[in-house]
Parts: sequence; C-alpha cells; structure tokens
Amino acid sequence: MSARIDITLTVNGERVSRSVEARRHLIDFLRIDLGLTGSHAGCEHGVCGACTVRVDGEIVRGCLVLAASLDGAEVTTIEGLTDTGEVADLQEAFVARNAAQCGFCSPGMVIAAADILRHHPEASRAEIREHLSGNYCRCTGYQAIVDAVESTLATRREGAR
Amino acid sequence: MKWPAIGYLRASSLDDIWRARAEHGDAAQLLAGGQTLLATLAFRLSEPKVLVDITRVAALRGVRVEGGVLRIGSLTRHAELGRDPLVAQHAPLLARAVPLIAHPAIRNRGTIGGSLAYADPAAELPACVVALGARIVALSPQGERRIAAEDFFTGLLSTALTAEEVIAAVEVPLATPASRSVILEVARRSGDYAMAGLAACIGMEGARATSARLVFFGVGSGPVLAARAGAALAGRTLDAAAIAAAQAALNEDLDPPGDMHGPPEMKRHLARVLLQRAIATTHPATEAAA
Ligand SMILES: Cc1cc2nc3c(=O)[nH]c(=O)nc-3n(C[C@H](O)[C@H](O)[C@H](O)COP(=O)(O)OP(=O)(O)OC[C@H]3O[C@@H](n4cnc5c(N)ncnc54)[C@H](O)[C@@H]3O)c2cc1C
Ligand code: FES
Ligand code: FES
Repeated sequence: MSARIDITLTVNGERVSRSVEARRHLIDFLRIDLGLTGSHAGCEHGVCGACTVRVDGEIVRGCLVLAASLDGAEVTTIEGLTDTGEVADLQEAFVARNAAQCGFCSPGMVIAAADILRHHPEASRAEIREHLSGNYCRCTGYQAIVDAVESTLATRREGAR
Repeated sequence: MKWPAIGYLRASSLDDIWRARAEHGDAAQLLAGGQTLLATLAFRLSEPKVLVDITRVAALRGVRVEGGVLRIGSLTRHAELGRDPLVAQHAPLLARAVPLIAHPAIRNRGTIGGSLAYADPAAELPACVVALGARIVALSPQGERRIAAEDFFTGLLSTALTAEEVIAAVEVPLATPASRSVILEVARRSGDYAMAGLAACIGMEGARATSARLVFFGVGSGPVLAARAGAALAGRTLDAAAIAAAQAALNEDLDPPGDMHGPPEMKRHLARVLLQRAIATTHPATEAAA
C-alpha cells in the first residue's frame, strides 16, 4: 500500500499523469492539481450535484470518486464540454432564460442536463425535473432551468426535422 | 468535510482481496461504487485505514442465466441493472426498483453488492431480493456459500456476511408468467431514501393469488417480510375483503420505529396504503373495489 498512487488518465481529451493522495477526490484533483475550476465542490457528500462530471461517458458525483481509482479513465468537465460545443445551445438557453444566478450549480446542472439531450431527446417537463432532481439550485427556483432544457430539446427536435 | 488520510489498494483479482485482508485485517475495507462508503468517510462516520478497490475484479461482474437462476454479479451498477435485458426479462422487480434509487449520477456508480452489504433499512434492493426469494453468494478463500436473502439481513446495517467473505453475486429465481412483482415507495423528494416502501412478489392464477411475498422497507431495522399479511392474501381472490384482511394482519407484522419522518403510527398508515396500491397495480381489476 502506498500513500500516493500514480494515475494516468484522459481529461478533456488530454492525457495527464499525476501522483495523487488516496484521500483526493476527483473534484479536488481537477481543481487543485489540474487548475480546472469549473467543477464545483458543494456538500462533498453526494447530495447537491454541484460536482457532476462525466467519467467514461457517464455522469457521476465527482465528490464520491477517488482520483486514485481513475487510472485509465476518461474524464470530461464543463470546460471540455464547452470546448467541444456539445452544449453551446443549452448554455445559450441558460443565459437567455436567466437559468443561472450565482452560478454555483450551473456546471453540474449543464452536465446533468446534457445527459437528457443525449439520452432522452423526447423528455417531458416532468422527466426533465426527475432527471435533474439530484442537482440542487439555491437561487433560481428551477423553473428557468427546466425552461432552458425544455426549449433546447424542442429546438433540437425541430432542427432534426 | 474532507476525507481522512487513507491508503488505497487496487485489487485486480480475488486473490488480491484475500491478500489485502490478510495483511491489513479489520483496517481494510472494500470499496465498490463508493456511493455510501465515501459519503460516510466525509462525515468521518467510518475511518478505515485502507480502501481495497474491488471494481476491477472480473469474477464479481456480469449478469447471466445459469442453472435455472439469474446470476447478478455484485459489481453490477444500479444503472446497469436498470437497462439489462436479462434483468428486465427474468427479474423485472429489480429493473423497476432502479429509478427509485438515488439519482442518475449515483446510479452510474453504486452497485448491488454495495447496497446489500450496507443493508440500509430504507434501501430498495435489500427488500427486493428478499421479496424475490433470492440467494446471496458469499465468497471467501475457503470457498462459496449461499445465504437465503431472508436470512442475510440480520439487523440495522448488519448482515450474515463474515469478515472473510465478499458478496460475489445474487442469484434470483427466474420470473414466470404467473408471477407479478411491484415496488412502490413514499419519499419526500425524488431520489431520497424511502419513508416507507413495499416490494411485492405475488403468484397469480387467474384472479386468485397463490402466494404473496410482501417486503416492507423503511419501517424496521432491515427489510421486513410481512408473513401474516402475505398469508392473508394467499389462496384468495384479490378483492377488497382480501386487501382489508392483509392490511389488518400488517399490525402484527410490523413494529416500525419512529424516525425523523414521523411516528410509528404514520409508518403503519403508509404501509397499509402501499399494500392497497401494490395490489391495485398487480391486479388492476381490484382498483375500483378497493
Ligand atoms: C445522495 C445519495 C442518495 C442515495 N439514495 C439511495 C436510495 O434512495 N436508495 C438506496 O438504496 N441507496 C441510496 N444511496 C446509496 C447507493 O445506492 C449506494 O450506491 C449503495 O447503497 C452502496 O453501493 P456502493 O457500490 O456504492 O457501495 P460502497 O459505498 O462502495 O460500499 C458500501 C459498503 O459495502 C461494502 N461492500 C461493497 N461491495 C461489497 C461486496 N461485494 N462484498 C462485501 N462488502 C461490500 C463496503 O465495504 C462498504 O462497507 C444513496 C447515496 C447517496 C450518496
Ligand atoms: S459536492 Fe458532490 S454532491 Fe455535493
Ligand atoms: S444559480 Fe445559484 S445555486 Fe443555482
């Protein structure tokens, strides 16, 4: 057993190698070791969703993942998602509808909502709410967020026609 | 809070697990999805010295039909359980339970083995495996043993697993055309642990129930098999009278502790309501009558 663990993984398409403490969670690894401060640590025990990031293509709670366990993994953060343009329309809709106020929840909210765009293009308002139920927002009251996701889905569906 | 200082070992085989335990004894703790363990570390509710990451142990993975049962590897994540075609076909109760467990991001990591080993009294999967009459496959360097799910949960957050064992898999009897299963719960917010819930497996012959396994969760120190209520339904047409008899029998089956959600009588009330709803779902004709 060693106190530090060597890991090599892909973060937003770039290969990184680091030696991490076992107690380092993925969010502190991203923020402190890699300087990627888009991912937020709120409650740090799995409840608020501010730390939502993608690991191997699926959303996870970054605060409940050991960086040490991620050797060989592929991590995507809000920075990476923004760079690829995958959620540009969703981000515009967030701005247009004032779906971010303090913005603390927004990166996690956008990544969780991107899951709906990818996997549930026909999602109803109730399904959007259900999917985002693990992401807390203390400012907006959620209506504007649900509106933004709903309108992005609708626009994409029209575009596909 | 930040996690305490800990060590980390990545196991890639069962032998790695046995070795880590031989070396570190009680100080070693298995890490599967981490969705409970890492949260309790943050609260400093548990302070293991070494986390033994078992997620790369191939022997604990996979879902397959084998020897007339559905074998679900302990590392099967909640999200995988929810989309696996074999689970949907042979153990639809488990697939139905998944949307009730936490949130998508947590379901992408949490495993069935972790949920059963932790044995939270309000968790869905422990109740489901008892309702299904499943067996837990426990593995140690000495070999394998099978424990009936009913005997596996021994009290608040405790199980029949010994310190040498790991959960390798769960074996579920295959669903038949005559079996109906349903899971329902009441929670304050979507994704929360249940205030009260019910996982039920009912064998049907026409309008008559041949058997009923009713397992409540969130109302005791573990999953509670309501044997008297089940017996009150067996052999009867599931009409309003049968439901009322089962609801009355619940009084003796359940002895719910009060908790942050409310007093025992509220839990009893929720249990009666869930029972009625469950039967209405498995047997829609009774809906109007009940
Ligand atoms: C915000 C939040 C909400 C949640 N809501 C719910 C909910 O509504 N319902 C619900 O059921 N769960 C809920 N959970 C818990 C979640 O389902 C966990 O994933 C699950 O209970 C534990 O599985 P895990 O794989 O994450 O286990 P871990 O956290 O890795 O481990 C849990 C315990 O099991 C032991 N263990 C793990 N695997 C094995 C094995 N194969 N053999 C022996 N011991 C093992 C570990 O040593 C540890 O003691 C929630 C979690 C969070 C953070
Ligand atoms: S910081 Fe991870 S869920 Fe709150
Ligand atoms: S905008 Fe402030 S928490 Fe959501």
